[in-house]
Amino acid sequence: MTVLLQIDGVSRYFAGYTALSDVSTAVETGTIHAVIGPNGAGKTTLFNVVSGVLLPSSGQVRFAGVDYTRRKPDRVLAMGIARNFQQVRLFRGLSVLENVMIGRHCRMATGARGLLGLGIFNRAAETQARATAREMLEFVGIGARNERLPGELTLVDQRRLEIARALASDPRLLLLDEPAAGMNPAEVRELTGLIGRIRDRGITILMVEHHMRLVMAAADRITVLSAGRVIADGPPQQVQRDELVIAAYLGKPHAPAHGR
Amino acid sequence: MLLQQLVNGLMLGSTYALVAIGYSLIFGVLRLLHLAHGEVFMVGAFAGLELVVWWHAGPIAALVGGLVGSALIGMLLEFVAFRPIRRRGNSHLAPIVSTIGAGLVIQEVMTKIFGSEQTAFPVHFSQTEYHLAGLTLDATQLFILAISFVAMLALHLFVTRTRYGIAMRATSENLRIAAVLGVNIDQVVLLTFALASGLGGLAGVLVGLNFNAISPYMGVEMGIKGMAVMLIGGLGSIYGAMAGGLILGIAEVLSVAYLSSSLRDGFAFGLMILILLLRPRGLFATGVAVER
Repeated sequence: MTVLLQIDGVSRYFAGYTALSDVSTAVETGTIHAVIGPNGAGKTTLFNVVSGVLLPSSGQVRFAGVDYTRRKPDRVLAMGIARNFQQVRLFRGLSVLENVMIGRHCRMATGARGLLGLGIFNRAAETQARATAREMLEFVGIGARNERLPGELTLVDQRRLEIARALASDPRLLLLDEPAAGMNPAEVRELTGLIGRIRDRGITILMVEHHMRLVMAAADRITVLSAGRVIADGPPQQVQRDELVIAAYLGKPHAPAHGR
Repeated sequence: MLLQQLVNGLMLGSTYALVAIGYSLIFGVLRLLHLAHGEVFMVGAFAGLELVVWWHAGPIAALVGGLVGSALIGMLLEFVAFRPIRRRGNSHLAPIVSTIGAGLVIQEVMTKIFGSEQTAFPVHFSQTEYHLAGLTLDATQLFILAISFVAMLALHLFVTRTRYGIAMRATSENLRIAAVLGVNIDQVVLLTFALASGLGGLAGVLVGLNFNAISPYMGVEMGIKGMAVMLIGGLGSIYGAMAGGLILGIAEVLSVAYLSSSLRDGFAFGLMILILLLRPRGLFATGVAVER
């Protein structure tokens, strides 16, 4: 197993508040890796660091061995890390298909070459971008709603649309921030299947999720955060039995200092 | 007679629309006002004029010259008057000052080169008049109408059909998310300036063809009208700018025909105030994004 994403001693402080404290973990190529933890444990902060949205106060993130800690989000995406958002962030004025095409944008000839080289009139590239976008929508199961506006989709379908948009950028690592939020059990089962199929395409997945059934069913490895620290890291069976984890979730009276 | 006035108003309004679209495109993407856009329009008129004077270019070549000349000036302005300010965080006021300054510099330079007299295109491209169902249209007017509407249609196709247009709409809806999703913002902004300014340059040549009043100060009034048209159309909405331009043009022409020519601007701006009282966010506002 090779390590695709290495998170190395990452800390992040916000005006006296410690959101992440010396967090380290490794995401192995081709696995589904889950990050869990109580609210306020720092999961979303960690995601923002990994996707380049937030600069850590200290520590490093490496992708396939390359330190990319200081890269801007668009460079991180171009490198092969795509994400969705916990609060769905779609372009409301663009059609479903166009939203996915935006995800594809970073893989197309742009810059002066794309423009001056008559990239605007490059029908083949346009057609191909549309075809890829359609294929991704089909893949996540909302292929019939291409021309709608995102606002006309249910929240669940909007989440699927965000996943399609992320996939359109041909990522090697997909970051999913609470993909199951607001889903009913049937929809969660479907999502579990989808996440498995994404992995089968050779895409490594790092997800933050509260939904334990989904995490236990899908994840190969789980990192548990509590109050900004890693309190457990291992396969699901091992994490499930971990005293610290149970304490952090249930708030045992004699829980060690890591708990809240 | 009324129909004739409406056609005249449509022609005048289509040039307002072209200028206002520029304001809308730039405001849509950057949420910033570009107060030198009137000067960009003026540079386009001069670029077209010079092509005709020195190389005896035809009307189409003059248009292309105006478009290219203005697009270049617009991109230059993005580099000197917008980009350095954006890099230092988002101040909404600084670009207002920097673009007013840039506009004055352009006016002064053009006055130095061409003098402050009003000039006109040396040749009338066509004196042919067409009579159609009681309407009198000369070839220049038809040309202006046709070019304006073709330009607006081309813009519509660009923003809806091409990936650059889609990226531009995404950026104008939410610049930060577009950046996170890998859209090259600097490139989109530069493209926006080129497009907005190019359309302004087209308008400059068209106005020059019809009114024979090319001067380094012609951009001042057009700049104010273009901005007002953007307001009545709805901030950042290119279709609002199109509709608003046509409404303003028709209102002006009707007020000259049926009221008094001295009331022209007063009537036009009064109508605008009325529209804004009834629809404070403009005719086409649904949020601040460029609409589909």
